[in-house]
Amino acid sequence: MIVIKGIAASPGISIGKAYVLEDEEIVVNRVEIPRDLLRAEVKRFKSAQKATHRDLDAAEAKVLKLLGKQHAKLIDAHRLILRDTLITHDVPQRILTEGVNAEFALSEALEAVNQQFEKMEDEFFRERRHDLFDVGKRLLSHLLKQTKRNLADIDHHCILIARNLLPSDTLGLKETRVLGFATDLGGKTSHTAILAQSLEIPAVVGLSDVSRRIKTGDSVILDGDQGMVIINPGPEAVAKYQRVQQKSLAEDKALEQLRGVATSTLDGKSFSLEANLDAPEEIKAILALQPDGIGLFRTEYLFLNRTAPPSEEEQTKAYSAIVKAMEPRSVVIRTADIGGDRLSQLGIEGIKSETNPFMGLRGVRLFLRHLDLFKTQLRAILRSSLKGSVKVLIPMVSSIGEIHGVKRLLAQAVSELAAEGVEVPKVELGIMVEIPSAALMLESFLPLVDFISIGTNDLIQYTLAVDRINEHVTHLYDPFHPAVLRLLSHAVSAARKQGKWVSVCGEMTSDPHAVPLLVGLGVDSLSVSPRMFLRIKQVVRGLKHGVAEKLVAKALTSSDSEDIRRLMTEQGL
Amino acid sequence: MIEKTLTVTPKLGLHARPAAMFVQATAGFKSSIMVKKEGVEINGKSVMGLMLLAAECGSKLVIRANGPDERQAIEALEKLFARRFDED
Repeated sequence: MIVIKGIAASPGISIGKAYVLEDEEIVVNRVEIPRDLLRAEVKRFKSAQKATHRDLDAAEAKVLKLLGKQHAKLIDAHRLILRDTLITHDVPQRILTEGVNAEFALSEALEAVNQQFEKMEDEFFRERRHDLFDVGKRLLSHLLKQTKRNLADIDHHCILIARNLLPSDTLGLKETRVLGFATDLGGKTSHTAILAQSLEIPAVVGLSDVSRRIKTGDSVILDGDQGMVIINPGPEAVAKYQRVQQKSLAEDKALEQLRGVATSTLDGKSFSLEANLDAPEEIKAILALQPDGIGLFRTEYLFLNRTAPPSEEEQTKAYSAIVKAMEPRSVVIRTADIGGDRLSQLGIEGIKSETNPFMGLRGVRLFLRHLDLFKTQLRAILRSSLKGSVKVLIPMVSSIGEIHGVKRLLAQAVSELAAEGVEVPKVELGIMVEIPSAALMLESFLPLVDFISIGTNDLIQYTLAVDRINEHVTHLYDPFHPAVLRLLSHAVSAARKQGKWVSVCGEMTSDPHAVPLLVGLGVDSLSVSPRMFLRIKQVVRGLKHGVAEKLVAKALTSSDSEDIRRLMTEQGL
Repeated sequence: MIEKTLTVTPKLGLHARPAAMFVQATAGFKSSIMVKKEGVEINGKSVMGLMLLAAECGSKLVIRANGPDERQAIEALEKLFARRFDED
């Protein structure tokens, strides 16, 4: 039994016999072409280009059928690579000036670009070179009149082992009954990996020499979750993985059954479990999860990449569509948390750049300087409340004056609408608690608002003075830091005392390990990213509120996040 | 000549598909399109060039269009960026 560790590219486990795909190393020789035949050589290259275009048409039809429109754009990209000056200009140029065969000119041109890709630090972008190789390989096989390997010929249940699989190869796998694949090369973000995930084929890549160590017919376990391949496993390993396989099937099924089920702990404490919405397209997926509401509707998308701010009409339409879809459940619409640099792009005189935008003019600070923008958004939000249940949430509040300012403007918007004959229902007003000063001053702020929403990402960043994007300090960003927990606890109990609704949004709500703390703190609502929604519901349903409360009480006396983590491990959380 | 700064919106940056959409959006225009990121400038009609920029989400691209239909070309790109490249 041999275990090889690689990169987990696509989740799932498969157990079966290996089929090793022979390496398709194409050998290209440099051949000098007599001057009078060079034009004919260029012509030969052009007809290979045409043949490759036909290949791509066929591939596109296949992708459309199997995976839909979004993935078919990959073929568009391949087509554009084929039309790129690199292919259409550089290769004929090399043939003519160097007097060489088309195959050699092509592989030289590809190698030149490959070297540029190799220099990239970002692994994701470096992996894009496989798209270029894919097109290059198609071209070469036409030039050499070799038929490209066709994976559709493999029609038995096998685990495919190869040196490398190109995106086009991976697509071919759906029609076969391949259980999974393992390759020597490749990264987590290559198109091959992305396609494998979409096709739901377990895959491990980056195994360096797996294709030489496995022979066709060997027994193999492919662990796409851990990124492992086990060659000729013993009976215990097979039994263990069969159990894992069954368990994960059962888990998926269990999560599916949680749709529409109440989010309450084992000892009967109920929570409102809501979804975060970042872009309107997500509403379909969110409705399918049957959440108790939308706890955070981020409206920044409306202000991105445009030359003028969105009109009241456009905003009203955007919000109304979501509110109507969720009705009677409530939608918390957060006014845009945009920064000063965005303003100058919108054609409004603002600040071009700030040295520290996280601490700069953003959120409510910016809107209170540009009351026309703020009022337009408030009016649109108020108007959307005619379609269902709406609450408005204000980001980046740090002092009480800001709340007074917001309330004045909101009252003004309501009375203006009434004067225009639009009577809107009372819309609840909430503030984000994401700046430590707001958490600490909450007793004084609360009488002015109806609810609070704790934004954990920014609260952690501002409390610990850590810019998450800065690689030198990113390890200091710690949701389990006792200072964060103390601020959270202070905010929740202040709101409790005044009978105000407490919601939490931000990444902490989507972290199964952090959720027990939030449950123990006794918040009313968690707003979760749609991807983690059912998983978090499962976590809450497996907890005892009493136990979580005791955990929080202990954690609040801890001096170190490691202590808090240890406490949680002891409780099996 | 028009110059415009646009922010890359696709979550994974300007990878193959968004790069393809970028090239397609400007393909019909006569104007030349140059794209600059952190000092590196490439031809905006070349999908390979765009991919080699390694423009991650949030990075800023300075786009220069030059030619008889430069305004329309820039507008076509602005629309594409505003639509967030039709990302799901």
